[in-house]
Amino acid sequence: MTKPAGRETVIIGGGPAGLAAAIAASEAGCRDVLLIERDVRLGGILNQCIHDGFGLHRFGEALSGPEYAARFIERLRETTVGVMTGTIALNISDQRRLLLSRSGEMIEMDAGAVVLATGCRERPRGALGIPGHRPSGVYTAGAAQNFVNMENIMPGKRVVILGSGDIGLIMARRMTLEGARVEAVYELLPYSGGLPRNIRQCLFDYGIPLRLGTTVVEIVGMDRLEGVRTAKVDENLKPIPGTERFVPCDTLLLSVGLIPENELAREAGVEINPTTGGPNVDDRYMTSVPGIFSCGNALHVHDLVDWVSDEAERAGRAAALYAAS
Amino acid sequence: MDEIYDVIIVGAGVVGCAIARELARYELKTGVLEKEPDVGLGTSCRNSGVIHSGINYKPGTARARLDVMGNAMMDELRAQLKVPLKRIGKLTVALTKDDIPGLRKQHEQGVANGVPGMEMLDNEAMRRIQPGIEGILGLWTPSSGIISPYGLTIALAENARANGVDFRLNHKVTGAARNDEKNIFTVSATDTRTGGSMTVRTRILINSGGLHSDELSRVMGIDDGVIWACRGEYYVLDKRLDGTLKTLIYPVPGPNDPGLGIHLTPTVDGNILIGPSAAYIPDEDREDYRATAHVMEDLRREGLRLLPELTTSDFIRNFSGNRPKQTPPEVGGYADFTIEETKIPGFIRLQGIESPGLTSSPAIAIEVRNIVGRLAELKKRARFEENRPGFVGRFSALPREQRMDMIKDEPEYGEIICRCEQITKKEIRDAIENPLGSRTMMSVKYRARAMMGRCQGGFCAPRIVRILRDEYGYKPNDCMMRSWRSPMFTGNVRTGGDNES
Repeated sequence: MTKPAGRETVIIGGGPAGLAAAIAASEAGCRDVLLIERDVRLGGILNQCIHDGFGLHRFGEALSGPEYAARFIERLRETTVGVMTGTIALNISDQRRLLLSRSGEMIEMDAGAVVLATGCRERPRGALGIPGHRPSGVYTAGAAQNFVNMENIMPGKRVVILGSGDIGLIMARRMTLEGARVEAVYELLPYSGGLPRNIRQCLFDYGIPLRLGTTVVEIVGMDRLEGVRTAKVDENLKPIPGTERFVPCDTLLLSVGLIPENELAREAGVEINPTTGGPNVDDRYMTSVPGIFSCGNALHVHDLVDWVSDEAERAGRAAALYAAS
Repeated sequence: MDEIYDVIIVGAGVVGCAIARELARYELKTGVLEKEPDVGLGTSCRNSGVIHSGINYKPGTARARLDVMGNAMMDELRAQLKVPLKRIGKLTVALTKDDIPGLRKQHEQGVANGVPGMEMLDNEAMRRIQPGIEGILGLWTPSSGIISPYGLTIALAENARANGVDFRLNHKVTGAARNDEKNIFTVSATDTRTGGSMTVRTRILINSGGLHSDELSRVMGIDDGVIWACRGEYYVLDKRLDGTLKTLIYPVPGPNDPGLGIHLTPTVDGNILIGPSAAYIPDEDREDYRATAHVMEDLRREGLRLLPELTTSDFIRNFSGNRPKQTPPEVGGYADFTIEETKIPGFIRLQGIESPGLTSSPAIAIEVRNIVGRLAELKKRARFEENRPGFVGRFSALPREQRMDMIKDEPEYGEIICRCEQITKKEIRDAIENPLGSRTMMSVKYRARAMMGRCQGGFCAPRIVRILRDEYGYKPNDCMMRSWRSPMFTGNVRTGGDNES
C-alpha cells in the first residue's frame, strides 16, 4: 500500500452544510480543502427539494432547493476547493485517517481537520413499531420524494401520510399535484412540528385534513398496502379503544422524524449526545475527538437550511484554523 | 416441460432446496416448483437462524437424529456454498433451582442424541463466556451456532441450479394425479404472474410444501397430518449492539411450550433478534405474517429487560414467521418430522418440518435421497460442482488489502450503494443477476443485504430501482417488492418526457 496522501481540511458531505463549510474553510485561508460527496452531484437532499422557500433569511428570496444549492456551488467554483463526487467515506480513525471508496479505487488519506457534514436520515417504520403486515407501498416521505422528483416514478395513487414533519407536508402537496388523492395527514401529537407556512400552503390550500392526536395503529395488506387503521390517542399518546377507523389507501408515507447520520463519527470515537443524536461539540463545533468537527443536520436536525449554512460556515472556518495551527 | 422428470420437488424452502442440491449429484432430471418469485420466502427466511445442537429433542426421533447429523454437515456447507456460519455455542440457563430438573433433562437428551462437547457450567464459568450473565447453572453446547437462513436456502438453490436442476418460480401447484399404468405423476400448476396453467410429468413427486404440505398430500388422497400455523414474531435490533452477545442464551424450555421461549439471538450480520413469540393463528391464512400490538409490546419489554441500554432507535424492524406444526393448539409441544414414502408409490412427503428444520435440512436431504434410491437408480454424475464461486460473507468484511486488489479488477466493488451495510454496486449486480432469475426487491435484499440496515432502504432503495431501470430496462410497474401482487409503484409521474422510463 502506498503512503496515504495528506490534505489539510476534508469536508465529508456535499449537501448544504458541506458546501458552506468548504467555502468558509477556503475563504478563511486554507489552500487545501477537499469536499467529498457520495452522490454524482453536489447539493445533497436539496436536489430533490424542488419546492421553494429556501433562502428567505439568507438571500431574502424564496429559492427552490436546487437553486439554493447552486448559489453555493457557484461560489465553490471560485475557490480552490477540490471536489470528489461519487466517493464515500467508509471510515475515519481517531487520528483523522480517512478511508474513501469510489469506482475503481479505495483511497487512504490523512487530514489536518475533518468536518462531518453527513446530514441526517429518516426514521423508518421499524422504529415506530406499527403493528400489521409489511406490504409494498410504505415509504418514508423523503424516499417517496426522491422517487417522484428525481426518478419520475409514482409510488401510489391514494395516500395517507403519518407524521406532520415538513417533508410529509411537502409530499402531501406534491402527490396531490401529481394526481394522487391524499386522504389526510395524521399526527400523534396535539400539534404539528411542521412550519406553519407548510401547513397552510401544502395542506389547507389543497383541502387536505390534518388530524392531530391521531396515529396509525395497523398496516393492512399482505402484498400491496390496502389501508391503514387509525386511532385517536390519549394524553399519554396511547390509542383510545373504540376510536379506530379504517382508511383505504395504497400508499403510506412516513414523516416521523429525522436522525442525525453519525456512523462515521461513532467509529472515530466521537461522543454522541443522546438528546440530539449528534456529537457533543465545543464553541468551535469541534467534537470530543480533536480535529473532527460537526455541523448541519449531522449535528442536530435544523428546521431551515439557512441556519444549516450559517452554522456550517462557522464550523468550516474553525476547522481551517485548526488545520493551520 | 414436455419431458418426463425423474423428480419434481414442490416447495423451495431450505428443505426443498437442500433436497434439490443433493439430487443434483446424480443423473436424475430434477425440477422444483415454487409459488413465490424466489426461494426461501416462507418459513425459511422467517426464523432465528440458529444451528441447534440437538439437546432439545426426544432421543430416537427423526428430529434428534437429523438435527445432530445436519449440524455436523454445516461446516462443509459453509466452505462449499460460501454461507457465513458462526459456531458461537449456546448456554441454556437455569435461573432458579426449579429449572434444574428441566436442564438435566436437556443434558440427558443431549447425551442420548450424541451432542458433542456438552458441559454443565456454574455461574462463574458461564460468566467467562458471557460477562454478567445471571443464572445458577448452565448447559453449554459448543456446536450451537448461527447462520443466515435465507442465505443458506439461496446458496443451496443456486448451487443446485448450477448443477442442472430446473427451478420454476412463480408456479403454484394446484393438483397432482398418478397414472398407475405408466407410474407417472401429472402435476398441474398455475403461473402466478399470468394466471396461465401448465402441467409437468414426473416419476417421483416430493412434497416439501412447508405450511401447505398437508394440502398437496390431501390432493393425493392422504389426509392424515394437518398443519397448524404457529406464528413467531421478532424484533430486529440495530448493529450498534453487535458484540454484546458472545453466545446464544436460552431459558430452560417447559415441556409443552410450542417454541423455545423469547430470547435474544445474534445474527451472522451483527444484528440481534428478540423473539420469537408463539401463537397459533386461524387456519384461513397460514401465511399471515402480521405483527401484533400486544406481542410487539411484550418483545420490547423483554428486550429492555435483557438489554437495558436499548433505545427506541435500536428497534429497526419487525418480522414474523409461521411454524408448520403437526400438533394442534390444545396439545402444543412438538410432533416428530414426517419424512416418508407414502402409500402412493413414488410420492414422498415431508410434513411438520418446523424447528430444527434449518439445521436438519442437509440431513433431511440425505434421508430423502435414500428414499429416492429405492425408487430410482442413483448414478453419480461425472461432474458435480459442489462449490459456489465467490467468498464467504460480505465484501466489506474482507481485509482492506484484499478489497483494494479486488476493486482494481472490479471497479464496482468501490461504489457503495447501501450506506448502512456498505453494500457495493458489484454485490447488487450479482444479486440482480442471480442464477435463479429472481428479480424482486426482496431477492436483491436477501442476497446482497442492501436495505437491511438501520435506514431500511430509505437511502439505497431508490438507487437500486435506478440500476434496475437504467441498466436492466425495468419500468416502474415491473418493480415488485416480494411477490407479483406487491408492486412497488403505480407508474411514471409524467409520461412523454425524456425521463420516462
